[in-house]
Amino acid sequence: MTVKELAEGLALECVCMPEPDREVEGGYTGDLLSWVMGRAQAGDAWITIMSNQNIVAVATLTDVALIILAEDVRPDPGVAELAERKGINLFRSPEAAFPLCAKVAALL
Amino acid sequence: MEALHFHFDIDGEDFSSAGEASVAVKKKLRQLGFPSDVIRRCSIAMYEGEINMVIHANGGSADVEVYPDKVVMVLEDHGPGIPNVELAMQEGYSTSTEQIRNMGFGAGMGLPNMKRYTESLEIETKVGVGTKLTMVVRV
Repeated sequence: MTVKELAEGLALECVCMPEPDREVEGGYTGDLLSWVMGRAQAGDAWITIMSNQNIVAVATLTDVALIILAEDVRPDPGVAELAERKGINLFRSPEAAFPLCAKVAALL
Repeated sequence: MEALHFHFDIDGEDFSSAGEASVAVKKKLRQLGFPSDVIRRCSIAMYEGEINMVIHANGGSADVEVYPDKVVMVLEDHGPGIPNVELAMQEGYSTSTEQIRNMGFGAGMGLPNMKRYTESLEIETKVGVGTKLTMVVRV
């Protein structure tokens, strides 16, 4: 499933989607960046409530397919532009991480 | 065969540029055709080192040497040094402030991650002088 298809399936709000055709192969949720760095896999949908610019670096290094900000979290100023520039797909959702995880798992 | 050498200055002033050296190393290794697990391990180890230098040491420098069979990353700072390396190596131990934790760092996973994802991690540190980390990832 592509990022675009997953985003549509989950009714996510798009912050930026520079790579809509990336394949989503799994999921990971977490807010401790070191933990995410060490555990998230390439192609994952990463669900988090962390909204600062460092999520873009972590997403770049782990090669996750997209970031989903849960619980109606908004990206900090400048994060959307940075994500766009770095080719990171960034979305947001009013839902909490748990239902989002369940829905991602059901769709994949 | 001679190694390729890359040097980076890590800016300790703000978090917005933190990770840039790691991302640059990742890109170089990818261009050079290294296996993805090697690239991943180097990226993680390097990012943790970079973040530590920003959090604790007001920046520093990173020198990366790329050989056909290994990647050597040397991170050096003139920060406060690590008073108790054994304690710092324990997962979950952190001296980071609340502000740093709120940014998603300070989980006490930095040095443990560096050890986990590299073949060797050498720590030379002196309180009040600085810290030098040498990490090797074998291909």
